[in-house]
Amino acid sequence: MRAFRVFVQKEFYHILRDRWTTIILLALPILMIILFGFGITTEIRNTKFAVYDPAGDFTTRGIINKLESSEYFTLERYLSSPDQIEQLFREGKTGFAVVFSDEQILLVADGTDPNTASILTNYATALINSYLEESAVRQAGGGAATNVAGDPPVAAATAAARRTITPEIRLLYNPSLKSAYNIVPGIMGMILMLICAMMTSVSIAREKELGTMEVLLVSPMKPFLIILSKIVPYFTISVINYITILILSVYVLKVPIAGSLILLSGLSLLFIMVSLLLGILISSLVEKQIVALLISGMLLMMPAVFLSGLMFPIESMPEVLQWLSHILPVKWFIIAVRNVMIKGLGFSSIIKEVAILTGMAAVILAVSIKKFKFRLE
Amino acid sequence: MRVIEVENLTKRFGSFTAVDNISFSVERGEIFGFLGANGAGKTTAMKMLCGLLRPTSGKGVVAGFDINRDSEKIKAAIGYMSQKFALYEDLKVWENIRLYAGIYGVPEKEATERSHRLLEELGLEKERESLVKSLPLGWRQKLAFSVSIFHRPSIVFLDEPTGGVDPVTRRQFWEMIYKAAAGGITIFVTTHYMDEAEYCNRVSIMVDGRIEALDSPALLKKEFGAVNMDDVFRKLARRSNNGLL
Repeated sequence: MRAFRVFVQKEFYHILRDRWTTIILLALPILMIILFGFGITTEIRNTKFAVYDPAGDFTTRGIINKLESSEYFTLERYLSSPDQIEQLFREGKTGFAVVFSDEQILLVADGTDPNTASILTNYATALINSYLEESAVRQAGGGAATNVAGDPPVAAATAAARRTITPEIRLLYNPSLKSAYNIVPGIMGMILMLICAMMTSVSIAREKELGTMEVLLVSPMKPFLIILSKIVPYFTISVINYITILILSVYVLKVPIAGSLILLSGLSLLFIMVSLLLGILISSLVEKQIVALLISGMLLMMPAVFLSGLMFPIESMPEVLQWLSHILPVKWFIIAVRNVMIKGLGFSSIIKEVAILTGMAAVILAVSIKKFKFRLE
Repeated sequence: MRVIEVENLTKRFGSFTAVDNISFSVERGEIFGFLGANGAGKTTAMKMLCGLLRPTSGKGVVAGFDINRDSEKIKAAIGYMSQKFALYEDLKVWENIRLYAGIYGVPEKEATERSHRLLEELGLEKERESLVKSLPLGWRQKLAFSVSIFHRPSIVFLDEPTGGVDPVTRRQFWEMIYKAAAGGITIFVTTHYMDEAEYCNRVSIMVDGRIEALDSPALLKKEFGAVNMDDVFRKLARRSNNGLL
């Protein structure tokens, strides 16, 4: 037992003496949350828009007010001619332009960034529709009471609005469409994977590369204990990071934990185990640190980022890649975290994911035990 | 008293015979040189003696334990040091000592006492708190050797312990080896330096998995009509099928 204790201590020294690694490991969740939570975001805030409004009547002004009062849009300026729009987009500061004419309201956006353009125009359309709807209701009520007719264009608009059935959209679990809801489970998966799989595999490969593993294997210390004590520090760091992510998520990104914290933690522990085992498996296959780094980086992290649904929806990928994504533990973890943390669902909703992760753990454990024995022989 | 006794030890990897039916014994307190060209089977033989590798056939007893059955007990009874390994560089001197004391189960109080004496003998008291990477290579090797016999093993296996060390330090290193041997620790050493072979009580030379010569350096030189061990080694190696050297 004392051998185990001094050995764990030694592992902590290795990490803590390498000051930059320690800082990076502990600051990683904070960096990722800032990067993904604020830098890379699919939300549109404070977008500037321009207006061409030759009539300047009550309705058009109402629409402009409505757009400007939303937290997403700021009116930049009025245009004197629709020809100025192109110039505007070339400067690149304006998100979209609203062009009013007698027959229609035209929304012009810069299509070079199709995602942003479609999100912007969707928001703007929704706002304009809701304004027209409101004014129609107001008009109908007001008109009945005072029997005073409004001016002709507005009357036409109200009539039109009354006749159209606009579907109302409500997004469950994430009503305000905050991208942070999507990001938190993804970051959690990536960081736990990175720390557990990559760092563990590199640290074991290091002992092999330096030749110290040979000395340890000649010693009376059991190989099982050597591996276990290698795991302890990275397990600790993972737990610290897990807590950091949760705190940042709740207090900085304002993404609450909708489900059970215990269930979420249990799920994360399971994923940490799977990742640690993966790290051990990798290290039992390679002899050099750089190979361990490349394998865990290229084979685990890259696909984890692209295939886990963190950045791109899995549903829109080619079928081959969708199949490929099934073998990634991080994919199932992210799905399960979404169910528990964002949707607030119970254990019954993640039985499938838990079963898959447990199965993966068992397979990886079996393979690495076999590989490790083989190495000793 | 014999601390190593090996009979018809053989190790095959597939169709390749790395160690071919070797037999020898080593006495307590002896300095036993284990020589051979690269690929002659030295490392494989040594791994079997250390309990890292199971022999294909043959018997062997190391430190009183059977290499086929009690490899775990052997591990606790021997010390090991290799050329590649010179302690953990990012640990302090005393942390390295404590780590190995812990792994080999030296009681804590005893370990503290011994490490004080050890650092005093090596003249490293001032470096107790220094990281090993700040020590010169020669000191590191000497410290590594001291650590490998810290738990007072009955045998210590040294795998090319003086690789890359300057002649003066090598000389000092061998003085430490003599001292340990005088204290009753059997030294089993592999080396590439033929002048070091002269320091051994007895030397065995492996060629293609077999022990082709085994005797004291003086008698070997006489038998082969050679002026020094280097000459003996060359004459033997020429018999090798694979033509190494």
